[in-house]
Amino acid sequence: MAVEQHRTSLGKSELQDVLREMLLIRRFEEKVEERFRAGDLPGFLHVAIGQEACAVGVCRALEDGDVIASTHRAHGHTLAKGTHPNELMAELYGKQEGCSHGYGGSMHLYDVERGNLGANAVVGGGLPQITGAALAFKLRGEPRVALSFFGDGATNIGTFHEALNLAQLWQVPAVFVLEDNKWAESTPESQHSPIRDLSERAKAFGMKALKADGQDVEVVYRTARKALDHARGGEGPVFVHLETIRFSGHYIGDPQVYRDRDEARELRETRDPIELLRAKLEVSDEDFAALDAEVTEIVEGSVEFAKNGTDPAPEDALKNVYA
Amino acid sequence: MPELTYREAVRDALSQAMRQDDDVFIMGEDIAEMGGSMGVTAGMLDEFGPERVRNSPISEMAIAGAAIGAALQGMRPVAEIMYEDFLTLATEQIVNQAAKHRYMSGGQVTVPVVFRTQGGAGWSPGAQHAQQLEAWFVHIPGLKVVFASTPEDVRGLLWSAIYDDNPVVFFEHRTLYPIKGDVPQEIEPIPLGRARVHREGEDVTVIATGRLVHESLKAAEEAEGEGISVEVVDPRTLQPLDEETLVSSVKKTNRAVVAHEAVTRMGFGAEVAAVLQYQAFDWLDAPIERVGARFSPLPFAPVMEAFVVPHADDVLAAIKRTVGKEG
Repeated sequence: MAVEQHRTSLGKSELQDVLREMLLIRRFEEKVEERFRAGDLPGFLHVAIGQEACAVGVCRALEDGDVIASTHRAHGHTLAKGTHPNELMAELYGKQEGCSHGYGGSMHLYDVERGNLGANAVVGGGLPQITGAALAFKLRGEPRVALSFFGDGATNIGTFHEALNLAQLWQVPAVFVLEDNKWAESTPESQHSPIRDLSERAKAFGMKALKADGQDVEVVYRTARKALDHARGGEGPVFVHLETIRFSGHYIGDPQVYRDRDEARELRETRDPIELLRAKLEVSDEDFAALDAEVTEIVEGSVEFAKNGTDPAPEDALKNVYA
Repeated sequence: MPELTYREAVRDALSQAMRQDDDVFIMGEDIAEMGGSMGVTAGMLDEFGPERVRNSPISEMAIAGAAIGAALQGMRPVAEIMYEDFLTLATEQIVNQAAKHRYMSGGQVTVPVVFRTQGGAGWSPGAQHAQQLEAWFVHIPGLKVVFASTPEDVRGLLWSAIYDDNPVVFFEHRTLYPIKGDVPQEIEPIPLGRARVHREGEDVTVIATGRLVHESLKAAEEAEGEGISVEVVDPRTLQPLDEETLVSSVKKTNRAVVAHEAVTRMGFGAEVAAVLQYQAFDWLDAPIERVGARFSPLPFAPVMEAFVVPHADDVLAAIKRTVGKEG
């Protein structure tokens, strides 16, 4: 299979755009927290504040036609894969204009046209299907890659092991992206895994494993690019291990009684992926404020769009059960 | 009309679909060189090769999930789950994923996947190789459920299941694989959701699935000798259910027996009985009788196994009770 050679790193103007995208996701999720606390949003919501570089770095490395499966912490992945903030916010408000037309909610965000096969509220639930989507690409000879996001908590569940085993056995073009934020809900990695380096789990299947700092978006992009090229080139699936940090709680409203507050604060001050990129690009306070104002306006606009959206009729609940 | 065994009929539907359509492929444990634990896929590896007859590890979550993933890309995979009992291992993917993707996405996707499986008692495997679990799956909105009882039906229904855009759980019965029956020269797709009247009668309707269709036909013969005219109807598709055919039969005979091999309590027959009492209450001349397995896991010892699952005698006794004769 001929593989187009891609650039392995991002130029300065692209990095500016990456900064904007990460900031948009941050401000979007802060707004989601605010509107949930205000009582606007129903359901169960999880934000990924602190993990924006994983979503943006990986999704930017994808090609058109590649597909992803996401997790319960999906807002960032969904925006990074190209869904408009209006459609995402409308979904969180349960409106017909939402990316899942009000049938999904925060944990079931889909945008199939843009390659988002859905966020999953069952930890590890999407992984075997990414193996299957990649199998379809292989059987049809299409130069496409299927990629799954998941957290460290998912590496303990059967679907993870079965999906990786089958993907490696059948050499399908899949990429498995571990966003290792060291917490499975409220349970620290030391209490949920007997090994410290979760890449070992992929290596046990003979799978190529790449490890990267998930707070450095350039590194994430380069690593994802390498993994995608490998998979697309027919050389088999790749495990991408991103070490990242969840600044927020498991869910919005989580009091985080299980976590050392000083440590969390320090991580936020020193390891914020947005601040790290901003410093690298030497963005002035003035320019950053302008960028912030621009993305904040988009987020505010998404709330207006969502509030003005169309409520589904109650009986619409009976549609879409069968094709 | 050619004659095929039930086993050959399944194989024929799979093979013909694979010949005409590159998007159809099969995957499962031991299905390649071994030809499947029931011999259903014997010879298919030679014709279609290992890319399309995919021997899988013992890994039901991955088999089911990978089939769903390929279906989401528009392929039409048929995953074989070797025993119904092992469906329990794949249930998360079938129930939470396959059944709900279309719904959760607001109609953006279809999931045209078939999960073929088989079960059934009568050969003393014990409690983990012969359960009848169809009731678990008819309870899940988003799934279609088929249980075929003859070679003609299994071929025509499997074809329709493969070309249905919804996930289908397709039940076969182990003891039916060797039975023979006439099938049309060309495959005639049988629409999902249409019952089959196997035998017409005037006094009692027996609604039966799987092996119990054949037990009910035997019971009907015996009842005939005693002057009771029995109609035997096989829903064939359990979800969607052809309520109209079942109800109109009972409105004609005024009596009903519901029979399946699965445990009676909370079984598929409970729903059928509820449908009948609601839609045909004024026509019923007797309480609806139910035939099924006793409320126990399947035992090993043959005498105990035979005691737990129903047979023609149990159906005959139920028929007699509906007409006021000692059963």
